[in-house]
Amino acid sequence: MKKDIILAGVGGQGILSIAAVIDSAALSLNYNVKQAEVHGMSQRGGAVQSHLRISSSEIFSDLIGFKQADLIISVEPMESLRYLPFLAEDGWVITSKDCFKNVPNYPDEAELFAQIDTLPKKVVVDAEALAREAGSAKASNIVMLGAAAPFLGISVEAFKAAIETIFATKGQKIIDMNIRAFEAGLACSVGK
Amino acid sequence: MEKMLLLGAEAIAQGAIDSGISGIYAYPGTPSTEITTYVQESKEAKEKGIRSSWSTNEKTAYEAALGMSLVGKRTMICMKHVGLNVAADAFVNSAVTGVHGGVILVVADDPSMHSSQNEQDSRFFGKFALIPVIEPSNQQELYDSVRFGFDLSEKYRLPVMLRVTTRLSHSRSGIVRNYSVVQNEFSLPKDPFQFMLLPALARKKYHNLLETQLLLEEESDNSILNSLEINNEGGQGVIAFGIGYNYLMENISAEKSNYNILKVSQYPLPRKKVEKLFKSSSRVLILEEGYPIYEELLRGYLSVGGATPIDGRLNGVVVREGELDPDNVAKALGLNSKNINPLHELIVNRPPQLCQGCSHRDMYDELNEALAGVANKHVFTDIGCYTLGALPPYNGANSCVDMGASITMAKGAADAGFHPAVAVIGDSTFTHSGITGLLDAVNDKSKVTIIISDNSTTAMTGGQDSAGTGKLFDICLGVGVEKEHIRTFEPLGKYHAENVAILKEEIAYDGVSVIIATRECIQTQLRRKKTEKKDEPLVRNCNH
Repeated sequence: MKKDIILAGVGGQGILSIAAVIDSAALSLNYNVKQAEVHGMSQRGGAVQSHLRISSSEIFSDLIGFKQADLIISVEPMESLRYLPFLAEDGWVITSKDCFKNVPNYPDEAELFAQIDTLPKKVVVDAEALAREAGSAKASNIVMLGAAAPFLGISVEAFKAAIETIFATKGQKIIDMNIRAFEAGLACSVGK
Repeated sequence: MEKMLLLGAEAIAQGAIDSGISGIYAYPGTPSTEITTYVQESKEAKEKGIRSSWSTNEKTAYEAALGMSLVGKRTMICMKHVGLNVAADAFVNSAVTGVHGGVILVVADDPSMHSSQNEQDSRFFGKFALIPVIEPSNQQELYDSVRFGFDLSEKYRLPVMLRVTTRLSHSRSGIVRNYSVVQNEFSLPKDPFQFMLLPALARKKYHNLLETQLLLEEESDNSILNSLEINNEGGQGVIAFGIGYNYLMENISAEKSNYNILKVSQYPLPRKKVEKLFKSSSRVLILEEGYPIYEELLRGYLSVGGATPIDGRLNGVVVREGELDPDNVAKALGLNSKNINPLHELIVNRPPQLCQGCSHRDMYDELNEALAGVANKHVFTDIGCYTLGALPPYNGANSCVDMGASITMAKGAADAGFHPAVAVIGDSTFTHSGITGLLDAVNDKSKVTIIISDNSTTAMTGGQDSAGTGKLFDICLGVGVEKEHIRTFEPLGKYHAENVAILKEEIAYDGVSVIIATRECIQTQLRRKKTEKKDEPLVRNCNH
């Protein structure tokens, strides 16, 4: 088992909360994990990414090489395209459709989604709307995790257990809400 | 045993707690900050009474640690690479005095300058000071190296440098912990003048330091951190330093038998192992995360060099600048290079920017208006979030060189007749290295306007305590700035007009004026409100 994952977004969007659940699930299955993060200046509203690697054998590099990632999980559509050089030829792009426009020259949305549509393997998720339905817009990252789950080589049960662990201190209501968000995301990818 | 998923930085911190440190001293700086933060937040560290609050700058941190070592205790000092420039005086001399309780200096370098002004390589400093340097290749080794480093430090009574780079510090991995050791007993050095560097004593101590070098080399040759594998007599050799080893193994772990590999994670260089590698290889590739320090040394000054050809950053086989990665190492190894399509033109840059609601935004709006119409506008700024004011839409700052340089460079320009000479400096940077420059300006009655953009935290690195919070007015007054020319205001849209007026008045003043523009960092404010909701209200220092 070996998965190389690029998590993408904008500083402050909380991509590391997605990573935390994947890490927890992977460790519970005794997989090795390496997760390179961006701290410091770029966190201030800039483009950020995290390289997350899971494997049943030893992992050497903290960074993923070009054309090697099994999937890109992006919480922002333009950011999903920024890391395409890292995606393997048969890799998946799982992206939210919620644009984060903090630059004046943000691309035209229609053109952007047309470009995403040309990708051979993708899941575009209405993350924020689904998160709201589940109980809170804040859970949109967990919606994205749900959408990515079938491609991560980790069982749904292990993910749900990890969500319970990660949100344990927040109470049962928050856990249930995040489980609903996870399932809503999962439904977007079923059968893909 | 259960693994802890820790950032490299956190692995260092846990390693230090488990290795019996009595204190950790640091000034925040990416990518080193999380080491100290981890100790500050560790329940275990609190129970053990480990001292951990932030120092005013790297030099004060280093010296305090040296004092703690003098009385026999283990201590760790943490900083980013450019922080060591600030602490260099104490650092280099501490190699001559040696230490009593074990001392580890952690320096986190930032090749590729993700959050820095240069990519200087701290191994150079380690070699310069003639002390052992440890440069682990992964997070577990990082954790283990802390114990190893303290033992080495106390064996030779020398400070040990633990050098990491951004990727190792900011990447998480599973860590298996070692047993904990208790803190050292209080004790003074046998030699009451161990830390006395009068020239006559310093000469003797320096001589001893030089004599120790051979022993340190022998340590390196026998170290478990330095491993040599001769797999292919007469074949390709590689020296992989630190994290370079990971990128090497990422590429060749399946074909390892084709290569002779020397992994180096402890310096000085393990001479015998290096010689054996060169003897057994037809070519040697050198992978250094940082400057080509050892490549240059092994090549020698004369280009004729030794019998074995060397490849590395200096002959372009490895990229000359920036960090190593799996792809540039693959290329250096001559392995398959991948064709990468350029990014679609729709994808635009998304540079970092000041947060919505940030006080620096209002300060720049006000300053820009106060300076509107000024010919030769040039604002001297400093290291911190507010450096981002140089970018659009503000275009409000021009220079940023090093901690504190805004004040002193404005002063120098003013001394040459430049007006208006305006400096913008953050509160934490001001106490780190700005106060001495302000004293220079006061003593010379330089015509400078200094804006301390005070958000009451060290914001860029994530909101650490700032040494001058609540004290800035008194500091400026104490340094000798005239009371009527220390102005304070709250940078906020609704006060825009009056703040602009204050700035204009002080810019016109023929002498030193300081404007303290105080408003809490929006990020720390959000966090504080969250905490206050949960807990008792925090007691805040009141500002002038």
